[in-house]
Amino acid sequence: MEYFLQQLINGLTLGAIYGLIAIGYTMVYGIIGMINFAHGEVYMIGAFISVIVFTLMGPFGFASPVLAIVLVLIAALIFTSVYGWTIERIAYRPLRGSFRLAPLISAIGMSIFLQNYVHMLQGAKMKPVQPVVRGGFKLAEDNGFVVQITYLQIGIIVATVVLMAAFTMLIQRTALGRSQRACEQDRKMAALLGVNIDRTISLTFVMGAALAAVAGVIFTLYYGAVDFFIGFLAGLKAFTAAVLGGIGSLPGAMLGGVLIGLIEAFWSAHFPIAYKDVAVFGILVVVLIFRPTGLLGRPDIEKV
Amino acid sequence: MGGERLSTALREALASAFVAFLLALPLVGFRLSETQQGIGIVTRFDWVAWGVACVFAGRLLMAYWRGSRADILGHLPAMPALPAVSGKAFVAIFLIFAVAMPFLPFSDRYLVEIAITVLIYVMLGWGLNIVVGLAGLLDLGYVAFYAVGAYTYALLAVNFELSFWLCLPLAGLLAALFGILLGFPVLRLRGDYLAIVTLGFGEMIRVVLLNWKDFSGGPNGITSIPRPSFFGLDFAREAEEGQTTFSAFFGLEYSPMHRIVFLYYLILVLALVTNFFTLRMRRLPVGRAWEALREDEIACRALGINPTNVKLSAFALGAMFGGFAGAFFATRQGFISPESFSFIESAVILAIVVLGGMGSQIGVVIAAAFLILVPEMLRDFSQYRMVMFGAAMVLIMLWRPQGLVAHRKPSARLEAGA
Repeated sequence: MEYFLQQLINGLTLGAIYGLIAIGYTMVYGIIGMINFAHGEVYMIGAFISVIVFTLMGPFGFASPVLAIVLVLIAALIFTSVYGWTIERIAYRPLRGSFRLAPLISAIGMSIFLQNYVHMLQGAKMKPVQPVVRGGFKLAEDNGFVVQITYLQIGIIVATVVLMAAFTMLIQRTALGRSQRACEQDRKMAALLGVNIDRTISLTFVMGAALAAVAGVIFTLYYGAVDFFIGFLAGLKAFTAAVLGGIGSLPGAMLGGVLIGLIEAFWSAHFPIAYKDVAVFGILVVVLIFRPTGLLGRPDIEKV
Repeated sequence: MGGERLSTALREALASAFVAFLLALPLVGFRLSETQQGIGIVTRFDWVAWGVACVFAGRLLMAYWRGSRADILGHLPAMPALPAVSGKAFVAIFLIFAVAMPFLPFSDRYLVEIAITVLIYVMLGWGLNIVVGLAGLLDLGYVAFYAVGAYTYALLAVNFELSFWLCLPLAGLLAALFGILLGFPVLRLRGDYLAIVTLGFGEMIRVVLLNWKDFSGGPNGITSIPRPSFFGLDFAREAEEGQTTFSAFFGLEYSPMHRIVFLYYLILVLALVTNFFTLRMRRLPVGRAWEALREDEIACRALGINPTNVKLSAFALGAMFGGFAGAFFATRQGFISPESFSFIESAVILAIVVLGGMGSQIGVVIAAAFLILVPEMLRDFSQYRMVMFGAAMVLIMLWRPQGLVAHRKPSARLEAGA
C-alpha cells in the first residue's frame, strides 16, 4: 500500500510534465491539423534555457528558491516562446495550404535541425544543476519504507493544476480563446468573420511553447540534468498522451499525460524498467482499438 | 518610391534581427561548460552579434530586392523542368547508367559503396511508397519492418547457417506477417492516429531488440553475419574446404571489389523488382483500390471496397519490401545493432517518399540520391552535418511542397465526356 502510494505520487509528477507538453501538441493539432514534431525539441530548449539561467544565477546564490524559480520561469517562457513563434513562421506557415504531409516533413526536418543545433552549440554532455528545492513531507512509514512527497512534487502538481485552470479559462472566456475555437471549427469562415487567422495560429504556437517551457523548467528542477536528446522521447510520450486522451481535446491531453506517467511509474515498479516504453505504446494501441478517437476525443464525422 | 521601399525593408530587417537576437541570446550567447567546480558558463556574444548581423543583412537584401513581400520562400526559382525527353527514354538512360555504374572509369570502391547505400534507400522508398504514396497511409515506423528483415536474416544465418537466398524470402514473409499483425488492429484508425501507432510500433521493436539480450544480442547487436555467395561461390581470398571461390572459378585475380560489385547488382535487382512489382500492382484491381482509397475512402466504401483489407494488403506488401531490404542490409554490413533502426531512419525514408512526390517512382530515386548524398558530401563538416540536413529538409519542403516530381494523378481515371 505504501509502495503504491509512493508510485502514485511519482507517476502523477511525471504525468504533469507529459501533460503540459501534450497540450502543445493537442492545441496545434486542433487548430491546423498537423503533428508538430518539433514540439519535443521546443521543450528541450526550454529545459536548456532554464539550466543556463540557473547557472548564470549561481554566483548570486539562491537566497530565495521561489524567487530564483520565478526568474528562471520568466526567462524560459520568453525565450522559448520566441522559438515556438519562429518555428511556425518559418517552417509551417508557408506550407499551410499544401497537402497534409508537407508540414509534417517540414516539422521532422525542424526537429532534426533543432536537436543538432543545440548539440552543436552546447555539446553532448549532460548539463547538471544544483538542486534548488530540497526536503519534503513524510506521509507514511512502513517497516522502514518511507512514503515521501517532496516540496518540489507538491509544487509541480499545484503549478500544473493552476496552469490547467488558467488555460481552460483562457480558451473558454477570452477573445483569443474564442478565435482559437473558431479557427478550429472552420478556418475560412472564421477569417470571413474577421478573426485574424495568422495571429491566432501564431499565438497558439506561442502558448504551446510557453507550456513546454514550463515543463522544461520542471524537468530541470526534478531531474537535475539536461541534455540535447531529452526532447525526442518526451515529445514522443507527450504526443502519445495527446492521442491517448483524444487529440484536439485539452482535458484529454492532461488525462493522457497523467495516465502515461502512472503507467510508467507502476510498470517500472513491478516489471523490467527497460520495457516501460513498450507498455506505454501497447496500452495506446489497446485504447485506440476500442476507442479509435482516444479517451475524450469527439468521434469525427466525415462528410462527403 | 525607392525611399518607401527601403524603409519597409529596413523595418522588416530590424524586426527579423530582433527575433534573431532573442533566439540566439540564450543558446548561442551562453555555453554551459564543464569546469573543475561543476558547471560554468562561457559567453560568446560575438557569435550572437555575427548571427544577428547576418540575419539583418540577409533580410534587408531579400526584402529590398523583392519589394515588401514578406514571404521569403515563395520566390525561390522554380525547379528546372526535367529534361524534355519522354518518360521512357529518361528511364532507359537512368537504367543504363545504373547498370554500367560500377564499370565506369570514375567508379572506385567508395563510390560503389555509396551507390549501394543510395539503392537501399531507393528500395525502402519504393516499398514505403506503396503504403504512403499509393494507399495514402501515414506510416512513421517503417524502419520496424526493415529491422525485422535484417534480424530475421542475421539470426537465421548465424544460428542455423541458412543461406542468404533461403533467408531472403523468409525475411520478407516475416516482415509482411508483422505488417499484418500490426495493421489488423490499427488500420481502422484515421491518418494521424495511424501515424502515432506505427511510430510507437517502430520504437517497440527497437526497445525489444535493445533489451532482449539472449535473442538479439542487445545493444551489441549481431556480428559476423555471413556474406551472400554467388550461386554457392564465396567471395573470399581463400576457399574453404570443398568449395571454390568466385575468383578461382572464373579464373580472375582476387579483388575485394568483386563482392562489392556483386552486392551492388544484388540491391539493384532487388530495387528494380520492387519497382516493377509496384508498377504492375497499380494496374491490378487492388492497386487501383489503393489509389481510390487514398483519394476518397467514403466513396470506396460506397462502391463495396473493403477498406481494411485493401489497406492491409498495402501495408503487408510495403512491409515485405522493407524486410527484403533489411535482409540485404544485414548481409552487406555483416553487423547489425538496434542503433541502425532508430526513428530517424523512418523519418528519412518518409522524407524520401514525400520529397520524391508521393507516388512518383522516379521522384523517389532523385530524393533518395539527394538525401543520402548531401550528408555524405558534408562528411568533412561532421559537426554541422545533421544541422544542415534538418535545415535542408525544411527548405526543400518549403520550396517544393508537392515534392520534386509532383505526381498524384490516379493511374486510372475517366476522361471528361467519355
